[in-house]
Amino acid sequence: MITLEHYLFLGAIIFTLGVLGIFLNKKNLIIILMSIELILLSVNINFIAFSAYINDISGQIFAMLTLTVAAAEAAIGLAILVVFFRNLGSIEVNKINQLKG
Amino acid sequence: MVLYSLTFYLFSSIAVLSALMVISAKNPVHSVLFLILSFVNASGLFVLLGAEFLAMILVVVYVGAVAVLFLFVVMMLDINFVKLREGFLQYLPFGALLGIVLVIELGILFLTDRSSNIYNNQTPLQPIVSEVENTKMIGQILYTEYFYLFQICGIILLVAMIGSITLTLRDKGGVKRQNIDSQNTVDASKAIEKKKVKIGEGI
Repeated sequence: MITLEHYLFLGAIIFTLGVLGIFLNKKNLIIILMSIELILLSVNINFIAFSAYINDISGQIFAMLTLTVAAAEAAIGLAILVVFFRNLGSIEVNKINQLKG
Repeated sequence: MVLYSLTFYLFSSIAVLSALMVISAKNPVHSVLFLILSFVNASGLFVLLGAEFLAMILVVVYVGAVAVLFLFVVMMLDINFVKLREGFLQYLPFGALLGIVLVIELGILFLTDRSSNIYNNQTPLQPIVSEVENTKMIGQILYTEYFYLFQICGIILLVAMIGSITLTLRDKGGVKRQNIDSQNTVDASKAIEKKKVKIGEGI
């Protein structure tokens, strides 16, 4: 029998894998962006599981908002990555120190 | 019910395994392909939960647009990926520790709150049952109750589009462009000049 918990565990595992991806691939900006996509996917799984659990369609609407934000984030992130590669010839995250923050 | 459980375990295990491969694959092209596999399996799970429209949107938007965009960027840029993988093992123990702690904590959160009224775990999860199909239901609520949210989504996408175009557009020198303003202000008296050419001499 599949309950809400199963879906929440799945979301938690995928979320953790996304966070882990950011930690492990500290240099590769592309993998970091993909990890963020995984995190947003786990958010979507939670939204839709709760939507089915409380029998309310609103959760699916908010999942759509998450999807939009994820698509926009991917587009902007990849644009920044391309500009960065053009200027420095590398996508190493530790070399991103132009702003001297 | 058994079939439902089997399908859930199939889709979720493949989704988790491919998510694992996304972060551990040596070649970023493989990473993107595993990301696609993960998204397809997640959309299968959405179908199980009764969110057919979102499942299809996930396949179309993610696999069709975002993942292909990733693939495009990975293949377009000439990056030394071997160099980028240096230090992967260096952070592995710390990352694994952090991941295990995070999973255990989240698991404890789900398991402890069994006594609560609203959180009755023993009901199996069923898709929303209704005589109206999922897409129609979303349409009915999206354009009425969540209309502002819908508009804000459009604005977010517009800003993202303009932002990524302005970021990557390069103004190269030596490119001839059409100047519409000067074209429109051309006067007939200035545009054409009459000259008398003497025979056998030229201008």
